[in-house]
Amino acid sequence: MLKTRRDVFQAIADPTRRAILSLVAVSAMTPGAIADNFDTRRQTISKHIQILAECELLTQEQNGREIMYHFNPSKMKEVNDFIEPFRQLWEGRFKQLDSLLNELQNKSDRK
Amino acid sequence: MKTQVNAEKGKQDLHIIREFKAPAKLLFKAYIDPSLFEEWMGTKLVKFDCSPHGSYRFETNDPSGNVVFSANGTFHEVILNERITRTFEMENTSFPVQLEFLEFEGLSTQTSKLNMQILFRSVAYRDQLMQMPFVQGLNYAHDRLEEVLNQRL
Repeated sequence: MLKTRRDVFQAIADPTRRAILSLVAVSAMTPGAIADNFDTRRQTISKHIQILAECELLTQEQNGREIMYHFNPSKMKEVNDFIEPFRQLWEGRFKQLDSLLNELQNKSDRK
Repeated sequence: MKTQVNAEKGKQDLHIIREFKAPAKLLFKAYIDPSLFEEWMGTKLVKFDCSPHGSYRFETNDPSGNVVFSANGTFHEVILNERITRTFEMENTSFPVQLEFLEFEGLSTQTSKLNMQILFRSVAYRDQLMQMPFVQGLNYAHDRLEEVLNQRL
C-alpha cells in the first residue's frame, strides 16, 4: 500500500485539530489539559495531537514527568506562503510516484 | 528530493521541478502506463490514449464512490523517455484549459529529473489555481463538519 500523505495542510483541514492549535497557541499545554477542552474521547484527541506533532505544528517539551506541547508558529507560516500549498500538493503526488518507482525497481531487480 | 515550484510574480506560467531515484525510462513509464498513472495519481482513468492527438479523462472518487474531481485533456507530443506536451482541464470549474510541457531528463543510470512547465490563460488564473489546494482542504473540512452536525441534529 502507498503511504498516506501527512502534511501541514492536511493537518489543519480538520476542525478539531484547528481547535487544538488555537488552544496551544495561547499557552503550552499537557495532552490531558488539551483533552479536557473537548467532549471527544481522550484517545481521539491524542491521535490528533500526534498528527499535529508529526507535521511539526506542535513541538514537545519534557517537563519533569509531563509532556508539554508548544505551538510552532514557523511551521504555520508555510500555510501563509503563497507557493507552499501548491508545492505540497505536488510533493504529495510525487511521493506516491517515488514509492511506485521504488516498487517497480525492486521487482525488476528480483528478476 | 524536494519538489521545487517556481512562479515568478506577474507571469502566467510556473515551473515544477523534481528529481527521482529512478531512471528516466521508468519515470516516463509512470506517466504513460494507465495502471501506473492511476496508482500514483490516486485516480481512475476513464479514457487514456497516450499518443499525439489522443485524449485522456480521469475521475477521482471519495471512499463512498462519488466523483469528487474530474479532468481531461489532449496529448500533443509524446516523445518516448523525453517529452510529453498535453492540455489539462478541470471539469465543473471556471478554470480555462492549461497547457503543460513535461520534460524527462536522465541524470545518471539511476536518477532522473522532471521539469514541468504549466501555462495558464492569465496571471490571475495562475495565482488563483495556486491557492486552490488549501481552499479545497478547508472546504473539505467544512463539509465534514456539516456532515457531523447534521448527524447530531
